[in-house]
Amino acid sequence: MSLTLENLSHRVDGVDFIRDANLTFQAGSFNVLLGRTLSGKTSMMRLMAGLDKPNEGRLIFNGQDVTGQSVQARNVSMIYQQFINYPGITVYENIASPLRLAKMAESEIDRRVKETAAMLQISPLLKRYPLELSGGQQQRTAMARALVKDATLVLFDEPLVNLDYKLREELRTELRDLFRERQCIAVYATTEANEALALGGTTTLLHEGSVIQNGPVMDVYRSPVNTLAAQLFSEPPMNMIRGRVTDTEVTFDEYSHHALTQELSKLTPGDYWFGVRPSHIALVPANNDDLEMSMEVALSEISGSETFIHIENSHFEMVMQLMGVHQYHTGAPVKVYLPVNKLFVFDSAEKLVHTPSRISGGAV
Amino acid sequence: MKQSRSKNVGITLFIAFVLTPVYWLLNMSFKTNQEILGGLTLFPKTFTLDNYAVIFSDPSWYNGYLNSMTYVAMNVVITLLVALPAAYAFSRYKFLGDKHLFFWLLSNRMAPPAVFLMPFFQLYSSIGLFDTHIAVALAHCLFTVPLAVWILEGFMKGVPREYDEMAFIDGYSFPRFFIKVFLPMIRSGIGVTAFFTFMFSWVELLLARTLTSVDAQPIGAIMTRTIGASGIDWGVLSAAGALTIIPGILVIWFVRNHVAKGFALGRV
Repeated sequence: MSLTLENLSHRVDGVDFIRDANLTFQAGSFNVLLGRTLSGKTSMMRLMAGLDKPNEGRLIFNGQDVTGQSVQARNVSMIYQQFINYPGITVYENIASPLRLAKMAESEIDRRVKETAAMLQISPLLKRYPLELSGGQQQRTAMARALVKDATLVLFDEPLVNLDYKLREELRTELRDLFRERQCIAVYATTEANEALALGGTTTLLHEGSVIQNGPVMDVYRSPVNTLAAQLFSEPPMNMIRGRVTDTEVTFDEYSHHALTQELSKLTPGDYWFGVRPSHIALVPANNDDLEMSMEVALSEISGSETFIHIENSHFEMVMQLMGVHQYHTGAPVKVYLPVNKLFVFDSAEKLVHTPSRISGGAV
Repeated sequence: MKQSRSKNVGITLFIAFVLTPVYWLLNMSFKTNQEILGGLTLFPKTFTLDNYAVIFSDPSWYNGYLNSMTYVAMNVVITLLVALPAAYAFSRYKFLGDKHLFFWLLSNRMAPPAVFLMPFFQLYSSIGLFDTHIAVALAHCLFTVPLAVWILEGFMKGVPREYDEMAFIDGYSFPRFFIKVFLPMIRSGIGVTAFFTFMFSWVELLLARTLTSVDAQPIGAIMTRTIGASGIDWGVLSAAGALTIIPGILVIWFVRNHVAKGFALGRV
């Protein structure tokens, strides 16, 4: 069982929503669509569900062309960002509704509803109405309704954004467990790189309607095909610095000169983009070949137990992520260290040419 | 404290002012003609139900009510049947000239009914619809359908499109979704629309009177013809007026909560 998107394009009023997408989703897989707002995640899901018809391309399910098939005829379910349930009927009836429409026997409906409710921990709420529940419970109801009918394709359109942080983490873990055993195709849209990493499975990077990269989550994370992919799949986005490599040294923006060490020495002379994740920039050197740069603090923001420091000099700016709460005053001079073994290198056409090789034992 | 008392005085005066004509109508309907013409009395001196008895026993009177109610009910039903799908289309789909059409619907309301009097009269006479209930109901639809579409569209827009999609994903066919899921969600809107449609049709006199003669004559028209040889029968006329108010009051009572919601949505 698989779902294939073949040269799929969708346009509304002359605006491209999806551009020439080619993807295949396998049964039993968990797929994450990662992209910023307006990147086409929802549009793609709507095409997959059959809610919208593509302008071009085909949708192939199990080798069968299902492009024009109505949504009722497909066995899909979808969970929205808003908590969408039938307001006038109880939670029990909400969950039962797809089964009733499929004319299932009453005893089977009852068994399935109770089983699904237990799985999503809403058994005590079955007699209540959706609007009497908390946001998390409402979304659990929506999920139960989506899961109860054993759909072959389950679409999650940013289902957890409207929930608070704690609940989000909890539901995310549960969700992943729920799908481990299932033989359906799960597709999950999110704007957060961290969520994609937490969910695992396959990740598809979307940007302005185009598929940038697609593959197992770790492959995409560790070797982004280009600077855009690297920036999309890093929160905050990966820092990019322009640099020129000569036979002996690397110069960042004609400003900061460094000797070529380790893997960097394999680079052929030319112009490159150097990428470094915000969490890899350090205030103290870890190795003696770390690239030292003198910068100035432009802004320091504290988020939870982490601190993001925006640093700049006259040539480039970067963001660094520190664990713990730190206070830096704007304008304060800092020396930062970029570990050579954690640099991504992209050529002048922004294509990946080098990934950090020392990934064993350390995060990349 | 002092301020709230002065507020209360104001509102009491206002209500008294507004209700005086209604009271006077009721007052008159329980009096005899002699008392009405005899002088000013705040309460009926000789309380009588004769005026009401006349209306409920004389077919030419009570048929007026039946006629009015018949075409009003027809009008409300037709309007809702037509306006619900139309409003759904306006709220959910994009089509050629949708915005212009929507505005044109509303501008229909700007024309006074008298404008359409002659065309309706001529048309209905030539196709044999003259003096039938459906004739009046259809004529009123010209005014009530645009209003209904306008009000309903506002309510329907308040329901996120995701509900429609969710229902289709669950396997609902469109008609089933529309009746079982969608209509219950906008029932306040339907209540408000029915109310305004009812009100228009119930109080509209010009078209209703012109397009009927005997068989479908509305109560309003009958009330204007009570001048007999002995002069105007004030008592019966008052009783007829009092009875005319009752359906309106009943309808307002049933939709009072929904109307407030409709006002909140800014479409009423």
